[in-house]
Amino acid sequence: MCGINIAGMSDTATKLSAQSLNLWFGSKQVLKNINVAFNKNEITALIGPSGCGKSTLLRTFNRMHDLVPDVRIEGEISLEDHNLYEDGLSVTQVRRRIGMVFQKANPFPKSIYENINYGLKINNIPAADRKGIIENALKESYIWDEVKDELQKPATRLSGGQQQRLCIARAVALRPEVILMDEPCSALDPLSTSKIEELILKLKKDYTIVIVTHNMQQAQRIADKTVFMYLGEIIEAGPTANIFEHPQNELTGNYVQGHFG
Amino acid sequence: MMKKLTPVIEWGTLLLSTGTVCFFMVVILWDIISKGAPSLSWQFVSTLPKAGMTQGGILPAITGTVLLTLITALVAAPFGICCAVYLNEYASDNWFTRLIRAAIRNLTGVPSIIYGLFGLALFVQALHLGTSLLAAGFTLGLLSLPYMITTTEEALRRIPASTREAALAIGATQLESIRDVVLPSALPGILTGVVLTLSRAAGETAPILFTGVAFYINNPAGFLNQEFMALPYHLYMLSTQHQAIEQVRPLAYGTALVLIIVVFLLNLTAFYVRYKYSRHE
Repeated sequence: MCGINIAGMSDTATKLSAQSLNLWFGSKQVLKNINVAFNKNEITALIGPSGCGKSTLLRTFNRMHDLVPDVRIEGEISLEDHNLYEDGLSVTQVRRRIGMVFQKANPFPKSIYENINYGLKINNIPAADRKGIIENALKESYIWDEVKDELQKPATRLSGGQQQRLCIARAVALRPEVILMDEPCSALDPLSTSKIEELILKLKKDYTIVIVTHNMQQAQRIADKTVFMYLGEIIEAGPTANIFEHPQNELTGNYVQGHFG
Repeated sequence: MMKKLTPVIEWGTLLLSTGTVCFFMVVILWDIISKGAPSLSWQFVSTLPKAGMTQGGILPAITGTVLLTLITALVAAPFGICCAVYLNEYASDNWFTRLIRAAIRNLTGVPSIIYGLFGLALFVQALHLGTSLLAAGFTLGLLSLPYMITTTEEALRRIPASTREAALAIGATQLESIRDVVLPSALPGILTGVVLTLSRAAGETAPILFTGVAFYINNPAGFLNQEFMALPYHLYMLSTQHQAIEQVRPLAYGTALVLIIVVFLLNLTAFYVRYKYSRHE
């Protein structure tokens, strides 16, 4: 049940993969025969024009489509050797192991502390351990120094960039194996963006990261592998440098050079 | 020329409309306050009516209205909020749920006297509650349900999907996401709807007319199984049905003022709740 080998992605380190994945919303097919593998401790960028299905693909990995009516999914998604949609894994177990950071920072309308504590609470982490975990998660997300004196402040009062780092802290506090990021910087200014990028690069040593981005420079700055999607299909995937400098497919070349988007 | 004139006409129309509305509101309030204030006293709100209601206070009507509103809240709020949560969070969008939703919207347009007759048939007669505080409270509860459901649903709809997803993404079940994140976020909107609905119910006369309100009772506290007095009905009675209308007119104005104050206090709570929660956003 290992991932399909795509352009140098080695089998042994495959963390998360999709095989022959098809997805329909009603009668519209949004993902077409997707085969992809994400390696452990690597950052993979999903790029492609709007509406190409990259966010939809990302959201299949933590079963975010479960509550969407009219959705039909065929094929397999594997986290190591577990099939995410069968194998007796509950949806909450899947989401505990595969965290997510969204396009727009979405902290809970609670205090900074409670924002992280809540996830620990519902995942039955003993109360005695939580304080340390929260402090750690905030340090790991490089926001501790900015918020350590005002942990009881409503999270919604933080700046956009701080909110997004808090959302990352909320995800890492649960020690997931994979973190999915859906354009995490698209609503942020350049300074906050560079802080988040720095953070993502540091998180790589502990987590497998899949990031959807519209920003070509961002993909080149942080991603080890890049996957280019178009109209619901994967056109090309491989090491980031190859995709940007020696694309095999004409579509890929046109896209990364900004000829369409 | 037209370019210069049009804004003036538009602006004038808007100002005139606003002015007209405010004018009537001020006139009504002024009339009630100026004529009602002289009757207001501690004795007026704390004693029973005396001498065929030409003297004394309106205590039974105040306690009656307060208890009635409380029962209305206990009936309508839990059912209304649960129903709205089901419709907005769980129910799939198909012809059947759309039909239910349309039916609920239509119920808000049903005249309140119809609810009164329905309450008479169901609670007073079929369920043998008699004309009582409980029967009237249930009837007003029914009347308030469609408003509660509609306002709660509006409040829930304003919570963005990303807030729900934030909870789901860290492993919350749908129930946990609704209970711990969605409902607290929507609480100011829900409570505002609840309070406004209740303040409307507190002023209703028709639904309680056949189901429990009484012309006069001689004890201040309402018992669930007994008839009661209520401010709107007391006002109606003092203004149109009393044998010495001219003599009780000041009391009628006093009653109107007290009713307005009760409703105003309810609205004030709604504003306070909004203010308190908006600081967290």
